[in-house]
Amino acid sequence: MFKLFEPNKIFKITSKAPKYVLFLFIIVLTVGLVEALFISPEDYKQSDAVRIMYVHVPAAWISLGIFSSITFLSICGFVFKNKNFFLISKSLAPSGFVFNIIALVTGSIWGKPTWGTWWAWDARITSMLILALFYAMYLIVWRIYDKEEKVYKISTFITILGIINVPIIKYSVDWWNTLHQPASINILSKSSIHSSMLYPLLIMTAAFALFSLLIFLMKYNTELIKIKNKGLDRL
Amino acid sequence: MYGRKVKLRFLLIVTILIALILITFLILKSLEENVVYFQSPSEIKLLTEIDKSKIRVGGMVKKNSISINSNEVNFIITDFKNEINVTYSGAVPNLFAEGKGVVAEGFLKDRNFFSATKILAKHDENYMPPEVKEALGEK
Repeated sequence: MFKLFEPNKIFKITSKAPKYVLFLFIIVLTVGLVEALFISPEDYKQSDAVRIMYVHVPAAWISLGIFSSITFLSICGFVFKNKNFFLISKSLAPSGFVFNIIALVTGSIWGKPTWGTWWAWDARITSMLILALFYAMYLIVWRIYDKEEKVYKISTFITILGIINVPIIKYSVDWWNTLHQPASINILSKSSIHSSMLYPLLIMTAAFALFSLLIFLMKYNTELIKIKNKGLDRL
Repeated sequence: MYGRKVKLRFLLIVTILIALILITFLILKSLEENVVYFQSPSEIKLLTEIDKSKIRVGGMVKKNSISINSNEVNFIITDFKNEINVTYSGAVPNLFAEGKGVVAEGFLKDRNFFSATKILAKHDENYMPPEVKEALGEK
């Protein structure tokens, strides 16, 4: 099914893609930042502190999305014994980790003026910290082991352990009393965020997604070049 | 369509996942008391014995309940069923206001009186510009 993975063919596309993605990223980020920092209104209660949300929320979404993706890809790679899935996962992980840290740090910066504390051991924040630890474990495993077979198995196991945490992060604010507020954006019901604030948020999410794609392509190209250098044209 | 090994590997993943979900569920269920960040006034009322240890109480600041004399702030936390009186001395966060969410950390004197050592403002999920808030308020 996935046997026809030829690094050369893929490399032809992925080696050209980064410059277009970079171009698009810069445009979307510029629009997003102008929207978020200047055009969008201040909040009725937290005034300008609301602008931190335009970085915090997209970063958190992307880090959750990437972790879910690497879990899915790792499981596919494990079940179908396909190396390409693992390489994609490996290339995706660093930007997910970076966005996870950004979400934690911006949350802390926002927490001080609004809540009155930098850090609270509530369910949402703690589970997000646990996700960062799983990202760290995943990245470390790739560096420790030389034997590919071993890395594939251990990294898949780590993603499976970590994926349990993802729904906990999502629903922690509904299941338990937390300091962190519940979700403002609901797909099924009306969102409790005003549209003038929702659009910059979505544009920033698109910008961050493009950034992740850019980092992914660069990492993935490196992996493909490594394979080429080993003189293998097929996996 | 797929080989036997592929199916077995898939089965392995599924069983690991189910086992982990169940384990996590059991752990979280048994630790529920510690997972919650604060307790509501109603939960405080149901306590069988008053512990000397530090706890957190959260809810809404009751309308017209804040009174400030010299260094001390007194207010009532309500969850619209039960209430608890809180005394606190020190600076409160900017977002601390009547009718808004609050979490107080400190010690229970009895089921109705709480002595706070730290006040945190809880923000809700509503984000809107001031003009919209005013328009909503007029309705």
